[in-house]
Amino acid sequence: MAIKHLLGLQELNAEEILTILDTARTFREVLERPIKKVPALRGVTICNAFFEPSTRTRVSFELAEKRLSADMVNFSASNSSVTKGETLRDTIQNIEAMKLDIVVVRHSSAGVPTYLAKHLAARIVNAGDGQHEHPTQALLDLYTIREKKGRIAGLKVAIVGDIAHSRVARSDIWGLTKLGAEVTVVAPRTLVPLEIERMGVKVATSLEEGIRGADVINVLRLQLERQAGGFLPSLREYRMTFGLEPGGLGPATPDVLIMHPGPINRGVEIHPDLADGPHSVILEQVTNGVAIRMAVLYLVSGGTPPEPMVEGNVLMTAHPAGR
Amino acid sequence: MNRTAQALRSWERAETILLRGALLVDPAAGLEEVQDLFLRRGRVEGIAPQIAREADLIVDLDGMVCAPGFGDLHVHLREPGDEDAETIETGTHAAAVGGFTRVACMPNTHPPIDTRGQIEFLLRRAAECGHCRVHPVAAATVARAGKQLTDMRELQGAGAIAVSDDGSPVADALIMRRLLEYARTWDMLVITHAEELSLSRGGIMNEGYWSTVLGLPGIPAASEGVAIARDVRLAELTGARLHVAHVSTREGVEVIRLAKSRGIPVTAETAPHYISLTDESLKSFDPVYRVNPPLRAEQDRQAVLEGLRDGTLDIIACDHAPHTRVAKDQELSAAPPGMIGLETAVGVTIEFLHHREGFDLSQIVRAFATRPAEISGWGGGRIRLGEDADLTILDPHAEWVVDPQSFVSMAGNCPFRDLKLRGRVRMTVCDGRITHEEGLRFCPSERLQSQLV
Ligand SMILES: [Zn+2]
Repeated sequence: MAIKHLLGLQELNAEEILTILDTARTFREVLERPIKKVPALRGVTICNAFFEPSTRTRVSFELAEKRLSADMVNFSASNSSVTKGETLRDTIQNIEAMKLDIVVVRHSSAGVPTYLAKHLAARIVNAGDGQHEHPTQALLDLYTIREKKGRIAGLKVAIVGDIAHSRVARSDIWGLTKLGAEVTVVAPRTLVPLEIERMGVKVATSLEEGIRGADVINVLRLQLERQAGGFLPSLREYRMTFGLEPGGLGPATPDVLIMHPGPINRGVEIHPDLADGPHSVILEQVTNGVAIRMAVLYLVSGGTPPEPMVEGNVLMTAHPAGR
Repeated sequence: MNRTAQALRSWERAETILLRGALLVDPAAGLEEVQDLFLRRGRVEGIAPQIAREADLIVDLDGMVCAPGFGDLHVHLREPGDEDAETIETGTHAAAVGGFTRVACMPNTHPPIDTRGQIEFLLRRAAECGHCRVHPVAAATVARAGKQLTDMRELQGAGAIAVSDDGSPVADALIMRRLLEYARTWDMLVITHAEELSLSRGGIMNEGYWSTVLGLPGIPAASEGVAIARDVRLAELTGARLHVAHVSTREGVEVIRLAKSRGIPVTAETAPHYISLTDESLKSFDPVYRVNPPLRAEQDRQAVLEGLRDGTLDIIACDHAPHTRVAKDQELSAAPPGMIGLETAVGVTIEFLHHREGFDLSQIVRAFATRPAEISGWGGGRIRLGEDADLTILDPHAEWVVDPQSFVSMAGNCPFRDLKLRGRVRMTVCDGRITHEEGLRFCPSERLQSQLV
């Protein structure tokens, strides 16, 4: 199996997703060692091109790149030349001229990673494009669920919150449904995009209904500007109707996992006691994110996935980069 | 001298021309049969089966369709102001290559067309270029700002064929009412770009399954349906002639069908891209597919086809909207909406309506020639004895592959790249002159040949 770019989970099949998760498990083990570094991507140059502000995702990618011994440069463009009339095309030509092997890109406009993949020789990893996809976030969600529950297939997963504007929701839906989970999205109608049922999910407009029997509840961040956009009457009403409260887990399974892609609006979409409570795996998601990003970078650069069942040392040697 | 130049010279020098063997399709005359056309100095002197008269030049049109010159009621020529995207010269040349002898050009130029001087400029430039007739559409409101009506009577006198703020709707319903009432005074056609901006603002593509999957801001079909409903009600109130531009949705078609059944004086157009493409194209994220109104869902495409079939939609107009390569070579959210269409309209329409959907050729000629003439009052629209020949000659079976590199339009934002089509324009005759010719057999008499040497 060869993954050339990671543009979204829509275009991956179950086998490819599982390969990434298996590879991540190998790297996750590396992260527990005293020396958390392997030479897998020695000599590979990676550019983190962030056209939209992001701290968490960028730091996670940077860490993954350092752990893999890659050479790494950052290109943060949100307030620089791009807003001053430099076109994406110019930026791309500059990136190309710098002979980079992998470009990790985040952009506020959906489809930019696809555009880059079409115009650049480098491998592209989507770190979030508009409201389209955020595949590494979904992969780390899948990884976390699989580690905790031992499987994905047959699980009931509720995704609660601003589905309409969420790239995490879209990637999660593709990943979870491809691996056989039963997904329900839970939100007021203003935050449910048209025809989302055709993506293979159920829609619930009551939190109680939506989380009934859920093995996992993934709570999305509510952008506070949604209120100004007329999507919600008030944050207060949202908290009262769709906010996850300690007394509200009744309909879910007793050992339900609570997830959140961060950053959390404590006291809006989730009560602090739940975010920090025993059901929460939010911080594990962050740790797993580094392993997932290591796996993705390793695989798109042409790395060999580990043999099933054999925790091999294939990762211990440097290999030629993708280009 | 190349073959085409030779053909043109023989046409110019010939006193008499016989166009032989084409299937004449002229719905206005109720004609659809193989007949010959006899021209004297570019003027139609005879229409009959198998004309046996001698002629200086015989053009063999066996297997071709010969129709009244096609007219496009919705074209953006971009001049003045955006001459890096298209000019009157290149845009009208593209029209001629596409089989059009007339185009109506929209006023959303920079500056917008809202004064007599600008109308005169357009007409003068078009005449100098000589590729096809240009009928300016004047802005309906000053600077297309939607506030104050333009001096419509004066603009009409200068040659404006209609008024429209196309590119934007007239947002204020009262201004729209006054506009329609005032236009009725002068029997001026009002073309509405029907879009409820409060519903569509910020949108990039049709709102539906694909906008959900792609995470792109959606433009609901209702933004068109609501706006058309408002405007047809105002047309009913005022009695003015309303023409709805670029209908793209099922809602739009249904509202117009109802309005027509109530006798409201409304006509409507759709564009070749709404009969051939859907919002699924956007999955490539290629800005060439960004257009306003956006490419819609398959059910909308089906409704548009049905609207054309039952006459709810009267005409096909390209909404030819050229953009520079630089403007379109950006992320979707930054690239401007619009696609070019003049050089592919006939091919796309014959492929999708005639070959795939079983439309008669006469239905297509009606949509490209007969009805545009009736709606706009620009003349033409039928083949008349005693008038300068104004003809579109096409081969409905000729196969070709769309290559924007070969276009005479300056722009390349064509969504049909690499598409294989059946149906191609072979010759365009405007005012008795050939404005485009491609691969026909010209047989000059010996007398003419000796003159040409
Ligand atoms: Zn328009």
